[in-house]
Amino acid sequence: MKLSREVIATEDKRKLQDISGEEVLSCYQCGKCSAGCAMTEAMDLLPHQVIRLLQLGQVEEALHSRTIWVCASCLACSARCPRGMNLPNVMESLRAQVLRPGDRSLNPADIPYELLEIIPEQALVAAFRKYT
Amino acid sequence: MVYSYFPGCTLRAKAKGFDSSALASCKVLGVRFLELQEWQCCGATFPLQIDNSFPLVSPARTLASAKKAGRKLVTLCSACYNVLKRTNHVLREDLDKREKVCAFIEEDYFGDVEVLHLLEILRDKIGFGSLAAKVVSSFRGLPVAAYYGCLLLRPPDEVGIDDPEAPKVLEDFLSSLQCQPVEYPYKTECCGSYVALRPGELTVSPSRLIVESAKSRGAKVIVTSCPLCQFNLDYAQSENVARGEKAVPVVYFTQLLAIALGLGEEVLQFDGHIVPPGLIFQAAGVGGVGA
Repeated sequence: MKLSREVIATEDKRKLQDISGEEVLSCYQCGKCSAGCAMTEAMDLLPHQVIRLLQLGQVEEALHSRTIWVCASCLACSARCPRGMNLPNVMESLRAQVLRPGDRSLNPADIPYELLEIIPEQALVAAFRKYT
Repeated sequence: MVYSYFPGCTLRAKAKGFDSSALASCKVLGVRFLELQEWQCCGATFPLQIDNSFPLVSPARTLASAKKAGRKLVTLCSACYNVLKRTNHVLREDLDKREKVCAFIEEDYFGDVEVLHLLEILRDKIGFGSLAAKVVSSFRGLPVAAYYGCLLLRPPDEVGIDDPEAPKVLEDFLSSLQCQPVEYPYKTECCGSYVALRPGELTVSPSRLIVESAKSRGAKVIVTSCPLCQFNLDYAQSENVARGEKAVPVVYFTQLLAIALGLGEEVLQFDGHIVPPGLIFQAAGVGGVGA
Protein backbone atom coordinates (compact mmCIF):
# COMPACT_ATOMS: atom_id res chain seq x y z
CA MET A 1 0.00 0.00 0.00
CA LYS A 2 1.51 3.30 -1.09
CA LEU A 3 0.41 6.09 1.18
CA SER A 4 0.25 9.74 0.35
CA ARG A 5 -1.74 12.72 1.52
CA GLU A 6 -4.19 12.15 -1.35
CA VAL A 7 -4.68 8.47 -0.48
CA ILE A 8 -5.29 9.16 3.19
CA ALA A 9 -7.65 12.13 2.95
CA THR A 10 -10.27 11.06 0.44
CA GLU A 11 -13.67 12.48 -0.34
CA ASP A 12 -15.24 9.16 0.77
CA LYS A 13 -13.63 9.52 4.15
CA ARG A 14 -15.05 13.01 4.58
CA LYS A 15 -18.50 11.67 3.67
CA LEU A 16 -18.19 8.98 6.34
CA GLN A 17 -17.31 11.64 8.87
CA ASP A 18 -20.40 13.67 7.94
CA ILE A 19 -22.61 10.62 8.55
CA SER A 20 -20.95 9.35 11.72
CA GLY A 21 -19.80 12.56 13.36
CA GLU A 22 -16.60 10.75 14.34
CA GLU A 23 -12.96 11.53 13.62
CA VAL A 24 -11.21 8.21 13.01
CA LEU A 25 -7.78 9.76 13.57
CA SER A 26 -8.62 10.11 17.25
CA CYS A 27 -8.16 6.31 17.61
CA TYR A 28 -4.73 5.25 18.90
CA GLN A 29 -5.26 1.56 18.14
CA CYS A 30 -5.24 0.18 21.66
CA GLY A 31 -7.58 -2.62 20.62
CA LYS A 32 -9.91 -2.40 23.59
CA CYS A 33 -12.93 -2.33 21.25
CA SER A 34 -11.91 -5.60 19.61
CA ALA A 35 -11.02 -7.21 22.94
CA GLY A 36 -14.51 -6.64 24.30
CA CYS A 37 -16.54 -7.16 21.13
CA ALA A 38 -19.07 -10.01 21.40
CA MET A 39 -19.27 -10.55 17.63
CA THR A 40 -15.63 -10.93 16.56
CA GLU A 41 -16.00 -14.64 15.80
CA ALA A 42 -18.12 -13.79 12.75
CA MET A 43 -15.95 -10.84 11.62
CA ASP A 44 -13.24 -10.87 8.95
CA LEU A 45 -11.63 -7.70 10.32
CA LEU A 46 -11.53 -6.75 13.97
CA PRO A 47 -13.21 -3.43 14.81
CA HIS A 48 -9.90 -1.62 15.45
CA GLN A 49 -8.60 -2.90 12.10
CA VAL A 50 -11.56 -1.32 10.31
CA ILE A 51 -10.69 1.97 11.97
CA ARG A 52 -7.02 1.57 10.97
CA LEU A 53 -8.04 1.08 7.34
CA LEU A 54 -10.10 4.25 7.47
CA GLN A 55 -7.24 6.17 9.07
CA LEU A 56 -5.15 5.18 6.06
CA GLY A 57 -7.89 6.14 3.60
CA GLN A 58 -8.72 2.55 2.62
CA VAL A 59 -12.48 3.15 2.58
CA GLU A 60 -13.22 0.64 -0.19
CA GLU A 61 -11.62 -2.20 1.73
CA ALA A 62 -13.61 -1.30 4.85
CA LEU A 63 -16.82 -1.15 2.82
CA HIS A 64 -16.27 -4.69 1.59
CA SER A 65 -15.66 -6.11 5.02
CA ARG A 66 -18.11 -8.55 6.62
CA THR A 67 -17.52 -6.79 9.91
CA ILE A 68 -19.74 -3.81 9.16
CA TRP A 69 -22.77 -6.14 8.82
CA VAL A 70 -21.93 -8.17 11.91
CA CYS A 71 -21.65 -5.21 14.32
CA ALA A 72 -24.73 -5.42 16.53
CA SER A 73 -24.49 -1.77 17.73
CA CYS A 74 -24.28 -2.99 21.33
CA LEU A 75 -22.05 -0.02 22.23
CA ALA A 76 -19.71 -2.08 24.45
CA CYS A 77 -16.76 -0.66 22.46
CA SER A 78 -17.81 2.98 22.69
CA ALA A 79 -18.65 2.69 26.39
CA ARG A 80 -15.07 1.49 26.99
CA CYS A 81 -13.10 3.48 24.41
CA PRO A 82 -10.38 5.55 26.14
CA ARG A 83 -10.62 8.07 23.28
CA GLY A 84 -14.39 8.36 23.59
CA MET A 85 -14.95 7.36 19.99
CA ASN A 86 -18.37 6.14 18.92
CA LEU A 87 -17.21 3.22 16.86
CA PRO A 88 -20.75 1.92 16.19
CA ASN A 89 -21.47 5.26 14.48
CA VAL A 90 -18.51 4.62 12.18
CA MET A 91 -19.82 1.11 11.38
CA GLU A 92 -23.23 2.61 10.64
CA SER A 93 -21.71 5.23 8.36
CA LEU A 94 -20.03 2.45 6.37
CA ARG A 95 -23.33 0.57 6.08
CA ALA A 96 -25.01 3.82 5.03
CA GLN A 97 -22.40 4.32 2.34
CA VAL A 98 -23.41 0.98 0.83
CA LEU A 99 -27.16 1.28 1.42
CA ARG A 100 -27.92 4.90 0.60
CA PRO A 101 -27.60 4.49 -3.17
CA GLY A 102 -30.48 2.01 -2.87
CA ASP A 103 -28.75 -1.30 -2.18
CA ARG A 104 -30.11 -3.64 0.44
CA SER A 105 -28.22 -6.16 2.47
CA LEU A 106 -31.25 -8.08 3.74
CA ASN A 107 -34.03 -9.31 1.52
CA PRO A 108 -37.32 -10.21 3.26
CA ALA A 109 -37.75 -13.17 0.90
CA ASP A 110 -34.46 -14.66 2.13
CA ILE A 111 -35.55 -14.93 5.76
CA PRO A 112 -36.52 -18.54 6.46
CA TYR A 113 -40.21 -18.90 7.24
CA GLU A 114 -39.50 -20.94 10.39
CA LEU A 115 -37.42 -18.05 11.73
CA LEU A 116 -40.06 -15.46 10.83
CA GLU A 117 -42.61 -17.45 12.81
CA ILE A 118 -40.68 -17.12 16.05
CA ILE A 119 -38.37 -14.12 15.91
CA PRO A 120 -39.58 -11.00 17.78
CA GLU A 121 -40.91 -8.09 15.70
CA GLN A 122 -38.26 -5.93 17.34
CA ALA A 123 -35.56 -7.90 15.48
CA LEU A 124 -37.26 -7.40 12.13
CA VAL A 125 -37.70 -3.66 12.61
CA ALA A 126 -34.11 -3.25 13.80
CA ALA A 127 -32.62 -5.43 11.05
CA PHE A 128 -34.45 -3.60 8.28
CA ARG A 129 -33.31 -0.32 9.80
CA LYS A 130 -29.72 -1.51 9.73
CA TYR A 131 -29.61 -3.54 6.53
CA THR A 132 -31.81 -1.70 4.02
CA MET B 1 -49.13 5.65 41.14
CA VAL B 2 -50.41 6.31 37.62
CA TYR B 3 -48.17 6.26 34.55
CA SER B 4 -48.59 6.43 30.80
CA TYR B 5 -47.65 3.11 29.26
CA PHE B 6 -45.87 2.41 25.97
CA PRO B 7 -45.97 -1.33 25.20
CA GLY B 8 -44.07 -1.20 21.88
CA CYS B 9 -44.45 -3.52 18.91
CA THR B 10 -43.18 -6.81 20.31
CA LEU B 11 -45.13 -6.87 23.57
CA ARG B 12 -48.37 -7.00 21.63
CA ALA B 13 -47.15 -9.77 19.34
CA LYS B 14 -44.36 -12.28 20.12
CA ALA B 15 -43.76 -11.19 23.72
CA LYS B 16 -47.32 -11.16 25.03
CA GLY B 17 -46.27 -12.84 28.26
CA PHE B 18 -44.01 -9.89 29.09
CA ASP B 19 -46.94 -7.48 28.73
CA SER B 20 -49.58 -9.54 30.51
CA SER B 21 -47.36 -10.59 33.44
CA ALA B 22 -46.26 -6.97 33.98
CA LEU B 23 -49.74 -5.50 33.80
CA ALA B 24 -51.20 -8.10 36.18
CA SER B 25 -48.30 -7.65 38.63
CA CYS B 26 -48.59 -3.87 38.60
CA LYS B 27 -52.27 -4.14 39.42
CA VAL B 28 -51.39 -6.14 42.53
CA LEU B 29 -48.69 -3.60 43.45
CA GLY B 30 -51.06 -0.65 43.08
CA VAL B 31 -49.37 0.81 40.00
CA ARG B 32 -51.72 1.90 37.23
CA PHE B 33 -50.59 1.86 33.61
CA LEU B 34 -52.70 3.87 31.17
CA GLU B 35 -51.75 2.92 27.64
CA LEU B 36 -50.99 5.90 25.41
CA GLN B 37 -53.83 6.61 23.02
CA GLU B 38 -51.43 7.36 20.18
CA TRP B 39 -48.28 5.33 19.83
CA GLN B 40 -46.25 3.63 17.15
CA CYS B 41 -43.18 1.40 17.04
CA CYS B 42 -40.13 3.26 18.38
CA GLY B 43 -37.93 1.98 15.54
CA ALA B 44 -36.35 -0.74 17.70
CA THR B 45 -32.85 0.65 17.33
CA PHE B 46 -31.50 4.14 17.90
CA PRO B 47 -30.21 5.75 14.68
CA LEU B 48 -26.43 6.23 14.68
CA GLN B 49 -26.28 8.46 11.59
CA ILE B 50 -26.00 12.04 12.76
CA ASP B 51 -26.96 13.55 9.41
CA ASN B 52 -30.38 11.89 9.28
CA SER B 53 -33.15 12.98 11.65
CA PHE B 54 -35.91 10.94 10.09
CA PRO B 55 -35.62 7.85 12.32
CA LEU B 56 -36.28 10.15 15.30
CA VAL B 57 -39.77 10.96 14.06
CA SER B 58 -41.48 7.83 15.29
CA PRO B 59 -40.16 7.87 18.88
CA ALA B 60 -40.68 11.66 19.00
CA ARG B 61 -44.37 11.19 18.12
CA THR B 62 -44.78 8.74 21.00
CA LEU B 63 -43.00 11.09 23.40
CA ALA B 64 -45.12 14.04 22.29
CA SER B 65 -48.21 11.93 22.82
CA ALA B 66 -47.04 11.16 26.36
CA LYS B 67 -46.48 14.86 26.96
CA LYS B 68 -50.11 15.53 26.04
CA ALA B 69 -51.26 12.80 28.42
CA GLY B 70 -49.36 14.69 31.14
CA ARG B 71 -47.77 11.74 32.92
CA LYS B 72 -44.41 10.02 33.15
CA LEU B 73 -43.95 7.36 30.48
CA VAL B 74 -43.24 3.76 31.43
CA THR B 75 -41.97 1.04 29.16
CA LEU B 76 -40.87 -2.56 29.71
CA CYS B 77 -38.85 -3.47 26.63
CA SER B 78 -35.16 -2.56 26.90
CA ALA B 79 -35.09 -1.45 23.26
CA CYS B 80 -38.05 0.92 23.63
CA TYR B 81 -36.50 2.29 26.80
CA ASN B 82 -33.19 2.85 25.04
CA VAL B 83 -34.66 4.48 21.93
CA LEU B 84 -37.12 6.74 23.81
CA LYS B 85 -34.49 7.91 26.28
CA ARG B 86 -31.90 8.59 23.61
CA THR B 87 -34.43 10.42 21.46
CA ASN B 88 -35.31 12.57 24.46
CA HIS B 89 -31.63 13.32 24.92
CA VAL B 90 -31.18 14.43 21.31
CA LEU B 91 -34.30 16.58 21.35
CA ARG B 92 -33.09 18.27 24.53
CA GLU B 93 -29.50 18.86 23.42
CA ASP B 94 -29.62 19.35 19.65
CA LEU B 95 -31.73 22.38 18.77
CA ASP B 96 -31.43 21.90 15.01
CA LYS B 97 -32.71 18.35 15.18
CA ARG B 98 -35.46 19.35 17.59
CA GLU B 99 -36.65 22.06 15.24
CA LYS B 100 -36.62 19.73 12.25
CA VAL B 101 -38.40 16.85 13.99
CA CYS B 102 -40.99 19.08 15.68
CA ALA B 103 -41.79 20.80 12.38
CA PHE B 104 -42.29 17.43 10.74
CA ILE B 105 -44.56 15.96 13.41
CA GLU B 106 -46.30 19.32 13.98
CA GLU B 107 -45.82 19.23 17.73
CA ASP B 108 -43.87 21.30 20.24
CA TYR B 109 -41.81 18.83 22.15
CA PHE B 110 -38.59 19.56 24.04
CA GLY B 111 -37.50 16.15 25.24
CA ASP B 112 -39.00 16.77 28.66
CA VAL B 113 -41.19 13.72 29.36
CA GLU B 114 -39.57 11.47 31.92
CA VAL B 115 -39.11 7.94 30.54
CA LEU B 116 -38.99 5.17 33.13
CA HIS B 117 -38.37 1.46 33.00
CA LEU B 118 -40.56 -0.73 35.19
CA LEU B 119 -37.40 -1.81 37.05
CA GLU B 120 -36.89 1.83 38.08
CA ILE B 121 -40.43 2.01 39.45
CA LEU B 122 -39.88 -1.19 41.42
CA ARG B 123 -36.53 0.06 42.74
CA ASP B 124 -37.16 3.77 43.29
CA LYS B 125 -40.92 4.19 43.81
CA ILE B 126 -42.10 0.94 45.38
CA GLY B 127 -38.75 -0.14 46.81
CA PHE B 128 -37.43 -3.70 46.82
CA GLY B 129 -38.05 -3.91 50.59
CA SER B 130 -41.78 -3.26 50.14
CA LEU B 131 -41.85 -5.58 47.15
CA ALA B 132 -40.34 -8.39 49.26
CA ALA B 133 -43.16 -7.94 51.76
CA LYS B 134 -45.73 -8.55 49.01
CA VAL B 135 -44.29 -11.89 47.88
CA VAL B 136 -46.79 -14.69 48.52
CA SER B 137 -45.03 -17.46 46.61
CA SER B 138 -41.33 -17.56 47.46
CA PHE B 139 -38.71 -18.97 45.09
CA ARG B 140 -36.86 -20.28 48.15
CA GLY B 141 -33.34 -19.63 46.91
CA LEU B 142 -33.79 -20.63 43.26
CA PRO B 143 -30.52 -19.68 41.51
CA VAL B 144 -31.36 -17.13 38.78
CA ALA B 145 -28.97 -15.28 36.47
CA ALA B 146 -29.77 -11.67 35.60
CA TYR B 147 -29.01 -10.87 31.97
CA TYR B 148 -28.85 -7.15 31.18
CA GLY B 149 -27.48 -7.14 27.66
CA CYS B 150 -26.80 -3.74 26.13
CA LEU B 151 -29.85 -1.59 25.84
CA LEU B 152 -30.61 -1.00 29.53
CA LEU B 153 -27.04 0.11 30.20
CA ARG B 154 -25.46 1.77 27.20
CA PRO B 155 -24.64 4.51 26.49
CA PRO B 156 -24.30 5.05 30.24
CA ASP B 157 -24.60 8.86 30.12
CA GLU B 158 -27.88 8.81 28.18
CA VAL B 159 -29.60 5.60 29.21
CA GLY B 160 -27.82 3.92 32.10
CA ILE B 161 -30.40 2.39 34.40
CA ASP B 162 -27.44 1.34 36.57
CA ASP B 163 -23.63 1.03 36.59
CA PRO B 164 -22.75 -0.04 33.01
CA GLU B 165 -20.09 -2.58 34.00
CA ALA B 166 -21.42 -3.80 37.35
CA PRO B 167 -25.20 -3.30 37.41
CA LYS B 168 -27.22 -4.74 40.28
CA VAL B 169 -30.82 -3.63 39.87
CA LEU B 170 -31.93 -7.01 38.49
CA GLU B 171 -30.00 -8.87 41.20
CA ASP B 172 -31.65 -6.75 43.90
CA PHE B 173 -35.00 -7.43 42.27
CA LEU B 174 -34.27 -11.18 42.29
CA SER B 175 -33.24 -11.07 45.94
CA SER B 176 -36.53 -9.41 46.85
CA LEU B 177 -38.35 -12.43 45.35
CA GLN B 178 -36.09 -14.73 47.39
CA CYS B 179 -34.22 -15.96 44.34
CA GLN B 180 -30.47 -16.46 44.64
CA PRO B 181 -28.84 -14.09 42.10
CA VAL B 182 -26.08 -15.88 40.19
CA GLU B 183 -22.92 -13.89 39.48
CA TYR B 184 -21.36 -14.59 36.06
CA PRO B 185 -19.09 -12.54 33.81
CA TYR B 186 -21.31 -12.28 30.72
CA LYS B 187 -24.31 -10.41 32.09
CA THR B 188 -23.63 -7.19 30.18
CA GLU B 189 -22.34 -8.83 26.98
CA CYS B 190 -24.30 -8.52 23.75
CA CYS B 191 -26.41 -11.49 22.57
CA GLY B 192 -25.96 -10.45 18.93
CA SER B 193 -29.28 -8.61 18.65
CA TYR B 194 -30.73 -8.12 15.13
CA VAL B 195 -27.75 -9.88 13.54
CA ALA B 196 -29.94 -12.96 14.20
CA LEU B 197 -31.59 -12.17 10.86
CA ARG B 198 -28.42 -12.52 8.82
CA PRO B 199 -27.77 -15.92 7.28
CA GLY B 200 -25.48 -18.24 9.21
CA GLU B 201 -26.99 -18.03 12.70
CA LEU B 202 -24.28 -15.60 13.77
CA THR B 203 -25.91 -14.84 17.11
CA VAL B 204 -25.96 -18.43 18.33
CA SER B 205 -22.32 -18.45 19.36
CA PRO B 206 -22.31 -15.24 21.47
CA SER B 207 -25.68 -16.19 22.98
CA ARG B 208 -24.45 -19.65 23.84
CA LEU B 209 -21.43 -18.18 25.63
CA ILE B 210 -23.77 -16.18 27.85
CA VAL B 211 -26.01 -19.15 28.61
CA GLU B 212 -23.10 -21.52 29.26
CA SER B 213 -21.46 -19.01 31.56
CA ALA B 214 -24.66 -18.61 33.60
CA LYS B 215 -25.22 -22.38 33.61
CA SER B 216 -21.68 -23.09 34.79
CA ARG B 217 -22.32 -20.87 37.82
CA GLY B 218 -25.41 -22.87 38.70
CA ALA B 219 -28.20 -20.78 37.17
CA LYS B 220 -31.49 -22.64 36.74
CA VAL B 221 -33.22 -19.67 35.08
CA ILE B 222 -32.08 -16.53 33.22
CA VAL B 223 -34.11 -13.31 33.41
CA THR B 224 -34.10 -10.45 30.94
CA SER B 225 -36.15 -7.41 30.01
CA CYS B 226 -35.58 -7.51 26.25
CA PRO B 227 -37.64 -9.67 23.86
CA LEU B 228 -34.73 -10.02 21.45
CA CYS B 229 -32.31 -11.10 24.21
CA GLN B 230 -34.96 -13.56 25.37
CA PHE B 231 -35.22 -14.95 21.86
CA ASN B 232 -31.50 -15.13 21.13
CA LEU B 233 -30.59 -16.87 24.40
CA ASP B 234 -33.56 -19.22 24.03
CA TYR B 235 -32.88 -19.99 20.36
CA ALA B 236 -29.21 -20.73 21.06
CA GLN B 237 -30.43 -23.68 23.15
CA SER B 238 -32.76 -25.15 20.48
CA GLU B 239 -30.42 -28.07 19.83
CA ASN B 240 -30.12 -28.87 23.52
CA VAL B 241 -33.91 -28.96 23.78
CA ALA B 242 -34.21 -31.17 20.68
CA ARG B 243 -31.66 -33.60 22.10
CA GLY B 244 -33.39 -33.63 25.47
CA GLU B 245 -30.34 -32.09 27.19
CA LYS B 246 -30.31 -29.73 30.13
CA ALA B 247 -31.27 -26.21 29.08
CA VAL B 248 -31.85 -23.01 31.02
CA PRO B 249 -35.22 -21.30 30.55
CA VAL B 250 -35.00 -17.61 29.68
CA VAL B 251 -37.90 -15.60 31.08
CA TYR B 252 -38.91 -11.97 31.50
CA PHE B 253 -38.33 -10.53 34.96
CA THR B 254 -42.05 -9.74 35.11
CA GLN B 255 -42.92 -13.42 34.71
CA LEU B 256 -40.96 -14.19 37.89
CA LEU B 257 -42.63 -11.21 39.54
CA ALA B 258 -46.10 -12.47 38.62
CA ILE B 259 -45.35 -15.94 40.01
CA ALA B 260 -44.01 -14.45 43.24
CA LEU B 261 -47.15 -12.35 43.61
CA GLY B 262 -49.25 -15.49 43.33
CA LEU B 263 -50.66 -14.81 39.87
CA GLY B 264 -51.76 -17.65 37.63
CA GLU B 265 -50.51 -19.27 34.48
CA GLU B 266 -52.82 -17.23 32.26
CA VAL B 267 -50.74 -14.07 32.76
CA LEU B 268 -47.39 -15.84 32.20
CA GLN B 269 -47.98 -17.07 28.64
CA PHE B 270 -44.90 -19.26 28.38
CA ASP B 271 -46.10 -20.87 25.16
CA GLY B 272 -43.67 -19.10 22.78
CA HIS B 273 -40.58 -20.11 24.78
CA ILE B 274 -38.23 -22.69 23.26
CA VAL B 275 -36.87 -23.94 26.59
CA PRO B 276 -40.06 -24.65 28.56
CA PRO B 277 -39.86 -22.77 31.88
CA GLY B 278 -42.68 -24.55 33.68
CA LEU B 279 -40.78 -27.58 34.89
CA ILE B 280 -38.10 -25.49 36.57
CA PHE B 281 -40.68 -23.69 38.62
CA GLN B 282 -42.37 -26.92 39.57
CA ALA B 283 -39.02 -28.31 40.66
CA ALA B 284 -38.50 -25.19 42.75
CA GLY B 285 -41.82 -25.90 44.41
CA VAL B 286 -43.61 -22.84 43.11
CA GLY B 287 -47.16 -24.00 42.66
CA GLY B 288 -49.67 -23.47 39.91
CA VAL B 289 -47.29 -23.11 36.98
CA GLY B 290 -47.57 -25.48 34.03
CA ALA B 291 -44.95 -26.17 31.37
